[in-house]
Amino acid sequence: MKAGVFALSRSMLGSLRDLAPIVLVIAFFQLVVLQQPIPDFFNLLIGFFCVVAGLTFFIYGLEMGLFPIGGSMAYEFARKGSLFWLLVFAFALGVGTTVAEPALIAVAAEAAQVAAAGGMIDAGVQSQMEYASGLRYTVAFSVGFALVLGVLRILKGWSIQYMIVVGYILVVVMTFFAPKEIIGIAYDSGGVTTSTITVPLVTALGVGLASSIKGRNPMIDGFGLIAFASLSPMIFVMAYGVLV
Amino acid sequence: MGFWEQFADITLSTIKDVIPIAIIIFGFQFCVIRRRITNLRKVLVGFVYVVIGLALFLLGLEKALFPIGRLMAEQLTDPDFIRSWSDSSVAVFHWSDYFWVYIFAFTIGASTTIAEPSLIAVAMKANEVSGGTIGVWGLRIAVAVGVAIGISLGTWRIVTGYPIYWFIIAGYIAVVIQTFFAPKMIVPLAYDSGGVTTSTVTVPLVAALGLGLAETVPGRSALIDGFGLIAFASLFPIITVMAYAQIAALRTKRNKIVD
Repeated sequence: MKAGVFALSRSMLGSLRDLAPIVLVIAFFQLVVLQQPIPDFFNLLIGFFCVVAGLTFFIYGLEMGLFPIGGSMAYEFARKGSLFWLLVFAFALGVGTTVAEPALIAVAAEAAQVAAAGGMIDAGVQSQMEYASGLRYTVAFSVGFALVLGVLRILKGWSIQYMIVVGYILVVVMTFFAPKEIIGIAYDSGGVTTSTITVPLVTALGVGLASSIKGRNPMIDGFGLIAFASLSPMIFVMAYGVLV
Repeated sequence: MGFWEQFADITLSTIKDVIPIAIIIFGFQFCVIRRRITNLRKVLVGFVYVVIGLALFLLGLEKALFPIGRLMAEQLTDPDFIRSWSDSSVAVFHWSDYFWVYIFAFTIGASTTIAEPSLIAVAMKANEVSGGTIGVWGLRIAVAVGVAIGISLGTWRIVTGYPIYWFIIAGYIAVVIQTFFAPKMIVPLAYDSGGVTTSTVTVPLVAALGLGLAETVPGRSALIDGFGLIAFASLFPIITVMAYAQIAALRTKRNKIVD
């Protein structure tokens, strides 16, 4: 019990240290640059305490739940040797975690506004909603596709450099064909797809796969899934802009 | 809205985010793998901790950080504020008049990245897998510097109005060149670090800054120019993480020669 309390207070201190820079930056700009008082100090203090506690819990849960399950599933898939189910799992994980992602829903709605303002689609509510949900499913599909490709890469031991370079070339080529209005959103969509729960899970899966397959190095082959998941939406969103 | 109501609200929406993931994981575990999970109870408790932690984290951000951060982004991009620090009395600002915006972008980018939970997760995993060669703090600081550079460059782009794809293509070329020279071990991790930087903490604050700038700078449209900061924030960490590994490799080489 005593050891538990000690460990908890230590990780609380760690979270406190992680958050200190933000507090310093905000305080400096508020007091020195903008020369405004700090508003609503009490709420600020409560909020800050919540953030510290939340970060501590999250990291605890990460090591207890997300990391072990990602690793053990990767091991089981590798042991069973059923490529088909592993790929289905990767695809489902990519689509399932992306389609409901709040950040993506927000970006898709904004993209529909941009498209309507640029005269690419009808300005009506109906057509904007259709455009937004079409975009959402496009991004979700592209993340699923990226994870399938990424898992295949780990299994086959393909080197990541060439695949990323091909991806970059595709992004650049698509940029010249895509409507000007959609480019900023397409570039941003790569960053918004990977949520806080998906990242640890996918990382554990990749590293777990690479460690349980003979001849793969977890450092060189295990990482890279996130990179695929953030590159492919850029290509697919621009393709969506060209086609729709 | 009261504190507890807000907490219940955010917890519910976090649970809603976790449900599809849980269904996929446990569905495959029971239907395809068909093996009992070792330490099932511990894993479930871990999931509960993750949900509670994330909900508390988001609640705290919503209560403390985001309102003040958004307000500051608005105030810093306000023409009256910029006029008060600018020497030139002309009506049209020079891009250098926005210097506080760039400094804010740099510092807030770096400090929010340090607190980003998914980056902490990846750094922990990388440290474990590399047997300690890649330090948790080294990676986090390298990524934070990359995000800081990316966002401040991105705000400068919004002010000057240069096309976004120039910067992205230049960044890609830098990444490809570095890939040839960086230690092989770091390359996949560096590529990954581009995607993990921008989630819960950084995106809302950065989006507010970009929209505020695009609305107040003459000739920019919030809809078109307000985007792109996140793309910058996910490209530059790739460069800085590889640079970090290159510098570390260079130093060990030099130490060997000295010995």
